[in-house]
Amino acid sequence: MSQSPLLKVDNLAFERDDSCLLEKVNLSLNSGEILQIEGANGSGKTTLLRLLTTALQPSAGSILYSGVGVSKCRYQYLSDMLYIGHQPAVKLTLSAEENLRWMINSAVKTNQLTIAEALDGVGLSGYTDIPCYALSAGQHRRVALARLLISEATLWYLDEPFTAIDKQGVSFLEQRLQEHLNRGGAVVLTSHQDLSLNNLRKYSLSSELGQVA
Amino acid sequence: MSWQWFHRLGSPRWFYQTSTRWLPLLALIAAAVLISGLVWGLAIAPADAKQGNSFRIIYIHVPASFLALAGYYIMAIAGAVGLIWKMKLSYMVMKSAAPIGAALTFIALLTGAIWGKPTWGTYWVWDARITSMLILLFLYLGVMALQYAYHSIDAASKAGAILALVGTVNIPIIYKSVDWWYTLHQPATIKFTSAPSMHIDMFLPLLVMIIGFYLFYAVALILHTRSEILRRERKTAWVRELIEPEARS
Amino acid sequence: MAHSINSGYSAWLKRDLLLAYRRRGEAASSLIFFVMVSTLIPLGLTPESAQLAEIAAGMIWVMALLATLLSVDGLFASDYQDGSLEQLLITPQLLPMPVLGKITAHWLTTGLPLTLASPLLGLMLSLPTAGYLPMLCSLALGTACLSLTGAVGAALTVSLRKGGLLLSLLVIPLYMPVIIFGTATVTYAIDGLNWLPPLAILGALFAASVALCPLAVAGALRITSAN
Repeated sequence: MSQSPLLKVDNLAFERDDSCLLEKVNLSLNSGEILQIEGANGSGKTTLLRLLTTALQPSAGSILYSGVGVSKCRYQYLSDMLYIGHQPAVKLTLSAEENLRWMINSAVKTNQLTIAEALDGVGLSGYTDIPCYALSAGQHRRVALARLLISEATLWYLDEPFTAIDKQGVSFLEQRLQEHLNRGGAVVLTSHQDLSLNNLRKYSLSSELGQVA
Repeated sequence: MSWQWFHRLGSPRWFYQTSTRWLPLLALIAAAVLISGLVWGLAIAPADAKQGNSFRIIYIHVPASFLALAGYYIMAIAGAVGLIWKMKLSYMVMKSAAPIGAALTFIALLTGAIWGKPTWGTYWVWDARITSMLILLFLYLGVMALQYAYHSIDAASKAGAILALVGTVNIPIIYKSVDWWYTLHQPATIKFTSAPSMHIDMFLPLLVMIIGFYLFYAVALILHTRSEILRRERKTAWVRELIEPEARS
Repeated sequence: MAHSINSGYSAWLKRDLLLAYRRRGEAASSLIFFVMVSTLIPLGLTPESAQLAEIAAGMIWVMALLATLLSVDGLFASDYQDGSLEQLLITPQLLPMPVLGKITAHWLTTGLPLTLASPLLGLMLSLPTAGYLPMLCSLALGTACLSLTGAVGAALTVSLRKGGLLLSLLVIPLYMPVIIFGTATVTYAIDGLNWLPPLAILGALFAASVALCPLAVAGALRITSAN
């Protein structure tokens, strides 16, 4: 019997108010693989990611983590997962350092890197103790992305991680993703960007859904 | 499967079609019981020794108060069934139960006030039962307001169900604390005529009226749920066929 | 596992306290509201201390309720807007624990200051001396109940624009027992009765709220955030 994949999604569907936002999503992901979800605006990319994070409950289908349903291994699954949403979850009145500290506080799997080193890594070394309302949108995104440097979680779910980020930031992020994949991690992300990464697979969501069932 | 009946019960279409068959009969029985209860209570039953004819308002007031409280529990149970078994029909019942219950609560308050004028000389007193009834009306209004605030039907249903359940846990606490508060402040010697101490000739028509109100409630709830089904299922094939039978042929 | 459950609680408690500290002005405004409205009462009713003394306990409680209601609206609002709420929903820890942490922070930044400021209001409204200690005790317990119950309303209305007014509609009926036993504690003491029984009931309400409200909030947040 072959080993079950890290993440397997079977016939996932999501309905709201009798209109089908997602239907028959089947995908699987192994360690070292990255999956880019593509689709037009409103095709359900964010919904799919939020279903994967268990923030939303699917109407049908199942999500298996190492062959086990995620509701049966909730703690293991969520502690082995990292999600950066469309909104970076940055508190404007807190400094970059304070923001990052609470972001990783509930994380279970982290490495030895300090918060200062992580912020240094995303190019925010001079801005650690300034309240975030003084920073730009791109810098907010960088604060959130600094979590990627500290996290030891295997599964990363990234919703439009390249928004508001400059060229330098994009190449840094790509490099970081590649490192993560090389160490046996796995990534699911949504982006319109063309990525130059090994083991990249694409999954297209058709935009015909979202119609009334 | 032994659960099949349960899921069939949860199908709005099945409910609609079955209720179409039974509703006229149920409505007829409800009307008959209500009319006979009203005639018995308002014309045949003897007048009260102290209050004269004004006591006859209890034939509306008491059944309405009964149903007002029972209606909240029916609403909350429907909401709980929806949350647990993800049954859409149950949410529709919950949504329909709210305005009916609120209306009955309002009727209970209104008839209480009308009754109060000849009995106590004032329309409103802060009596324990009246105050509890007023709070119950607020609880109903809260559930209704929350349902109307959401655009998404799913979110409205689930949020309403949670609020109804929270209210259910609170109702006994609220009733008990209002009772306690009332004894603390005990103003005049106002007392309701309590049902068990009534003469049997007065009590029997009241019993008929209570049964009549339950039947009426069932009819109103089914009617309301049916229109809710049509509204929510308007895009499905069977409803379209129902509305425009010639369009299909 | 025990460690992780606790860390969910304290992490969100600390964070919300820090946030409240950074926005001290906002946190203070419900306290200022509490004090300001109390000056309306002598102006609107009577400056006579004998009459004020009679209604002082009830008035202080009503104002504490309104002040809590004003602030509880924001409990999850900013977290919903900036995406922190999504992160809260997917913490590996059990959701009611971080939720309880946030509610504790809310009480520490509104209910507790209101309680501590209440003697000042008692003074302004000529509350009889015997009423001060019971007022402090009942407000401390009662405002915690108000924060817990209010959080359920806040969670149910978080994704709605203009949820604040709706929140009041949902929550005020649920507040009735708290205000009944809260004022009773103070009036019992003023009338020279044993004020511990109503306070004990308030304690029971608090215990029930601690056990049930975080669960209801967690359930409500999962629904509203899906919207």
